[in-house]
Amino acid sequence: MQMDLRTVTIKPQRQTFDHIARRIGADKAATRYQEGTLEVQATHNFHYRPTWDPDHEIFDASRSAIKMADWYAFKDPRQFYYGAYTLARAKQQETAESNFDFVEGRGLADTLPAELKETVLKLLLPLRHAAWGGNMNAAFITAYGYGTALTQPCIFHSMDMLGIAQYITRVGLLLGDDVEVLDTAKQSWMEDSAWQGLRRYVEDCFVLKDPLEVFVAQMVALDGLLYPLVYETIIDNVLSSKGGTPIAMLTQFMTDWYAETRKWVDATVKTAAAESAENKAQMETWITHWRDRAAAALMPIAQIALGAEADAITSEVVDQFNARMAKAGVSL
Amino acid sequence: MDMKVGKKKLGLKEKYQHMTRGLGWETTYQSMDDVFPFVKYEGIKIHDWDKWEDPFRLTMDAYWKYQAEKERKLYAIIDAYAQNNGHLNVTDARYLNAIKLFLNGISPLEYMAHRGFAMTGRQFPGVGARVACLMQSLDEIRHAQTQIHSLSNYNKYYNGFHEYRHMLERVWYLSVPRSFFDDAVTAGPFEFMVAIGFSFEYVLTNLLFVPFVSGAAYNGDMGTMTFGFSAQSDEARHMTLGLEVIKFVLEQDPDNLPIVQQWIDKWTWRGYRVLTLVGMMMDYMLPKRIMSWKEAWEVYFEENGGALFKDLARYGIRPPKWLDQIEQDKDHISHQAWATFYNYAAACNFHTWIPTDDELDWLSQKYPNSFDKYYRPRLEHWREEAKKGNRFYNKTLPMLCQTCQIPMIFTEPGDPTQICYREVDYKDNKYHFCSDGCKEIFEHEPEKYIQAWLPVHQIYQGNCFEEGVDPTAEGFDPLSAVLDYYHLAQGRDNLDFEGSEDQKNFEAWRGMATKNAA
Repeated sequence: MQMDLRTVTIKPQRQTFDHIARRIGADKAATRYQEGTLEVQATHNFHYRPTWDPDHEIFDASRSAIKMADWYAFKDPRQFYYGAYTLARAKQQETAESNFDFVEGRGLADTLPAELKETVLKLLLPLRHAAWGGNMNAAFITAYGYGTALTQPCIFHSMDMLGIAQYITRVGLLLGDDVEVLDTAKQSWMEDSAWQGLRRYVEDCFVLKDPLEVFVAQMVALDGLLYPLVYETIIDNVLSSKGGTPIAMLTQFMTDWYAETRKWVDATVKTAAAESAENKAQMETWITHWRDRAAAALMPIAQIALGAEADAITSEVVDQFNARMAKAGVSL
Repeated sequence: MDMKVGKKKLGLKEKYQHMTRGLGWETTYQSMDDVFPFVKYEGIKIHDWDKWEDPFRLTMDAYWKYQAEKERKLYAIIDAYAQNNGHLNVTDARYLNAIKLFLNGISPLEYMAHRGFAMTGRQFPGVGARVACLMQSLDEIRHAQTQIHSLSNYNKYYNGFHEYRHMLERVWYLSVPRSFFDDAVTAGPFEFMVAIGFSFEYVLTNLLFVPFVSGAAYNGDMGTMTFGFSAQSDEARHMTLGLEVIKFVLEQDPDNLPIVQQWIDKWTWRGYRVLTLVGMMMDYMLPKRIMSWKEAWEVYFEENGGALFKDLARYGIRPPKWLDQIEQDKDHISHQAWATFYNYAAACNFHTWIPTDDELDWLSQKYPNSFDKYYRPRLEHWREEAKKGNRFYNKTLPMLCQTCQIPMIFTEPGDPTQICYREVDYKDNKYHFCSDGCKEIFEHEPEKYIQAWLPVHQIYQGNCFEEGVDPTAEGFDPLSAVLDYYHLAQGRDNLDFEGSEDQKNFEAWRGMATKNAA
């Protein structure tokens, strides 16, 4: 039976705020993503110049070499505003929690072959520092980028990176005999030659001044090679086939997160490059530069798990990356 | 079965340390000074970031879980409120003007807080401090958005909400809250933390949030009340962060004390000036009052703040400057502010009115030292004049204070009949101030405050007309041209509440909801 519930109907005076209506049309209801994102950041009549950067306004598009007629051309295909973002992550952390429970409850960590466990600790644990670097880089864009459409996904990304660093830490505490595994991993990060290329890469990103270049170096190039290589290829395929499936369960968050986040990254690259020939050229220069550096930095890390195959597998990942960028309109 | 001896269980504190502190490192390929370039120029000395005490211990997985639960509940209520025309349940349509003030003046500040905490969350070399700042940055975008989403429903039915983003950067009175926050984010990371984290979030936040949220609860506004309550547990975290910053900085080096003290003096005064708008809201705009501004100041500042500053005395911190003046002002500022808005209601995006007799009596009772003597006769006079058809809208522009940007409406301490003027000559120009506090803040950083985008100056310089407008054309109406530049819908957003479209619509719609059609 159809129930005919009634409420008093009043004709609204307007569907949404004027700055939203100017973009989507006055006759349309706006989504929460639109109302929470479009033009939220101030753009005019700033009162004072930053004492920490007197050459720029508080928010200043000229901090980037990328020029946009409209910075709200950037869109997050996930339509993440805070509420949608936390709901999505809460669901993922629930899965992660039950995966950790599953592995811990059944003592699966102890069933891992010793060699494999050793490999995981060596490969995965120093990456918590790389994720922390990712957190800082994303925080930089949140702070100094232009337009909420670009900066909002970056605060989410920043906190995701912190979450990932914390999940890696938990894997370490679960697999390792005690907390010293974290110190050992940090020592590797600081001193082992295998990790120095990556650490240098991350530290070099810390001193970049252009928010879009940081975006390319971190979200496009480094995440774009590291996640497919380490999580999708090494952990989910190579190690799983050697009895390492529990590890794949413990890092499912990272795999799922990357599959989701890259959609936003691709959309952002595409929008920036499609804006003008100059932007396209600038994106190509940056992406080529940082891709090559990231690939070189990741090679010795891949070797920890892949040995002699590292070379071939890494170049496969780079090929896939190039194809992905081509789809986003950037030919490398 | 051969059981492995269990691993040592980690305590909560130790575990959290591994989840945060352990993540950072001393950079070597790039110098720490280049990686954290803004951390020294304010003169604050930090010797050991490891001494930072985490004000709360929340890993990201727990954060996502708790916050998602809160969001689920909040949006369910917002949806239900919109669906049931919850706006028709507010006490009286005058109340809507209080939330116009909120959306226009406060919500954009939440967004600025989001960006500001992202800046400190990037710039502090200590991992513990950075994580706490970033979490607050994330919370602040939540607050901006939940407010926009809650109040979006009001915008669909009532005037004065529709251009809050555009107006923030242009409308004369909105430069008060905006310049406050611009001031904070253009300062260095430590000053920002003292300004917003400590002075605003810790010392003054109750004076902002309690009146609006309780005001909403008292006046039947479930939507606003719900986001307020939902934000409360975030605010509790923010307050502990604000306090930890002060303690940490003061414990690190004795040289930090005078710098921090000057910031506390400055930001308490700056914050107090912004709160004038809240005081006015409490005393005049809530149909059902919670408490008077004066009472709120006594409870939340004099009592609670007094205890706080007693606690901080062991670090050498004394209570903020100019409290003696504030003590005298509390009988006056809300009345002086409402009188100003009543005067300038033509240039305003909310409505004004003369309080009803009951409300005048309430004010007389709450302000026995000042209201009957100075303010009630004036309001009654204006009411009489309006009745005779002489409602006067002031169309000349007031002089603004160079620091707080409020029109020069405040009176001399000790003499409520004399407007307080201060001035400073700086580089061949004369600058004007509403008080000793604002003057001293200017003198400490004149190069900063001479940059202020003062709405009145900008209008006189011709910077506040739409493109193509010719001020030399015959019959040019400057006020009307400025209101166009504001995107203010003349005759709908502005003027008196009496006779306004909001008043008429609310009455008609409430009739539809409570009565049967004839």
